[in-house]
Amino acid sequence: MSAPAVLQARALRFAWPGAPAPCIDIAQFEVAAGEAVFLHGPSGCGKSTLLSLLAGVLVADAGSVQLLGQDWRTLPAAARDRRRVAHVGYIFQQFNLLPYLSVIDNVLLPCRFSRARRSPDARAQAEQLLARMGLDAALWPRSALQLSVGQQQRVAAARALIGRPEVVIADEPTSALDEDRREAFLDVLLSACEANGSALVFVSHDRRIAGRFSRQVLLPAINRAAAPQGTHA
Amino acid sequence: MKALLAIAWKSAWNRRFTLSLTVLSIALATLLLLGVERIRTELRDNFSSAVSGTDLIVGARTGSTQLLLYSVFRIGAATNNVSWKSVQALGEHPGVAWVVPLSLGDSHRGFAVLATTTGYFEHFRYGDRQPLALRAGRPFGDGVDHLFEAVVGADVADQLGYAPGQRITLAHGTGELTTGHDDKPFTVVGVLARTGTPVDRTVHIGLEAMQALHLDWVGGAPMPGVRIPAEQVRKFDLAPKSVTAALVGLKNRAAVFSVQRWVSTYGGEPLMAILPGVALDELWQVVGVGEKALLAMSGLVALVSLGGLVSVVLAGLNERRRELAVLRAVGAGPRHVLALLALEGAIVTGLGVLLGGTLAALGIAALGPWLQSRFGLALALSAPTLNEWALLAALLAAGWLASLLPGIRAYRLSLADGLSPRI
Repeated sequence: MSAPAVLQARALRFAWPGAPAPCIDIAQFEVAAGEAVFLHGPSGCGKSTLLSLLAGVLVADAGSVQLLGQDWRTLPAAARDRRRVAHVGYIFQQFNLLPYLSVIDNVLLPCRFSRARRSPDARAQAEQLLARMGLDAALWPRSALQLSVGQQQRVAAARALIGRPEVVIADEPTSALDEDRREAFLDVLLSACEANGSALVFVSHDRRIAGRFSRQVLLPAINRAAAPQGTHA
Repeated sequence: MKALLAIAWKSAWNRRFTLSLTVLSIALATLLLLGVERIRTELRDNFSSAVSGTDLIVGARTGSTQLLLYSVFRIGAATNNVSWKSVQALGEHPGVAWVVPLSLGDSHRGFAVLATTTGYFEHFRYGDRQPLALRAGRPFGDGVDHLFEAVVGADVADQLGYAPGQRITLAHGTGELTTGHDDKPFTVVGVLARTGTPVDRTVHIGLEAMQALHLDWVGGAPMPGVRIPAEQVRKFDLAPKSVTAALVGLKNRAAVFSVQRWVSTYGGEPLMAILPGVALDELWQVVGVGEKALLAMSGLVALVSLGGLVSVVLAGLNERRRELAVLRAVGAGPRHVLALLALEGAIVTGLGVLLGGTLAALGIAALGPWLQSRFGLALALSAPTLNEWALLAALLAAGWLASLLPGIRAYRLSLADGLSPRI
């Protein structure tokens, strides 16, 4: 790992309030700049929780999670919100878009809330990203609801990438797509992240696509809290 | 903040059907509140303007409210009359400037008939000491030549379509079952301009005419076998024997209590004198309870509408957890989420209040003339009063505060959900 880490977790432990045992117990996990990491494991092994910890939505009980060298825990909630949007793009499994905004306005959303993601040429950048995602210009002013699921995920990817955040976190973004669309989506997502210089943390339980990433991490293998559950998909 | 406002507006527009129902219910509550407030103030104004410029009202001893009710509002009836001798004695009191006797008891097609003297047109004042004005014709005259002349109020003229020259007959009594004075018809000689007081709903005739009508009557019924034709009444003494009440003006208002005392200790018969302003206040305290209840009721309606707003937004919140998560993922903090819902509440309440205010204005413009002619309520379209502004502000504030409730819930939800809402 020659490039410096954009995300770094050390001696990370986290338990949901009221839970008897921690659900995350990771000695070390790093994501280098520009790297595309495939994080996989069966459901219930703590994938979503780890993503929330990496994105600073949740804060570790013990140990640290650093984004670009800054520990999330040292920041108050509002500062975490600001820092997250400044450096992290997020793609959900589905329903990524606000139905009452046009496609292009959905892409521009992070620019509305974050000065770091904003730039004078934000609109041009959004159009460029949408074009790169293979979305026809005729779709841009349309309501997000008029798009197919595959198209919606591409808009979400464009939104995650606008303003060149250092990290893009994708939480099972292909699970609602059929095989052809999945491959096409991965093509555009991976190439756009590369062109953008953004590191990608891609979570999925679908190991067939693992080969397309520069590194694969099996979460139960590094999460000691999930290990006793044994078998994985 | 500007970005948030745009998003709040678009999000609300996206749910416009549900929200428009809420807007409508808030609009109706606003309409009701404004309407009741307007009618209330108007009622009070009309009420307190019913008589002014009169220092004392004198009648047979009874309750002050009752005396006011029948002498000014033509409601109810006197239990006893004031003899003409007492009225004359009152007129000779050194402190008294004028006395206008009033005699009630007859009616014309549901409108009260008031027998009085020509002094009534000269001395009676209403509202802000405004004198009576004639819209058409002239006041009835003095003397036997002008005996069967009548002057009608604006409502009487408008509703019955009377103009000077119209011949009318009066009925004895004021109820449904009235017997006629058909044998002695009157001629309308004048129509009074609108006053917004009970005067509008009154037929005015001379005291002598009232006496003439009842020459062949005894004990409230026509004397059997006795008919005195109209053309012969002038041969009789038409000086009134008694009247119902008298309006009194003083030379010096400072003497009002001494004259009042003189009346209540008058030896000839038990009399009382009331100060119209004081009696009006007393009466308003009674009537005002109903008016306050009405206002409280509209307040409750407003409360229910705001409750509707809260429940609609709260119910929709679960479906919006996705939306809130997306917003959080693109950099909106929980505080933004709270602000978003507060903005939405403000938009919805604002639109509702605006719509309600517009409806109220339209309603007043459309129904004003009808209310005026039907109930004598002078509702005029005018800028909101201070009270009405306060009501509107209270509605806006309450609506906005109510919308904080779902806002706080959303705040908690988005804190708990983080970026992955558990639905």
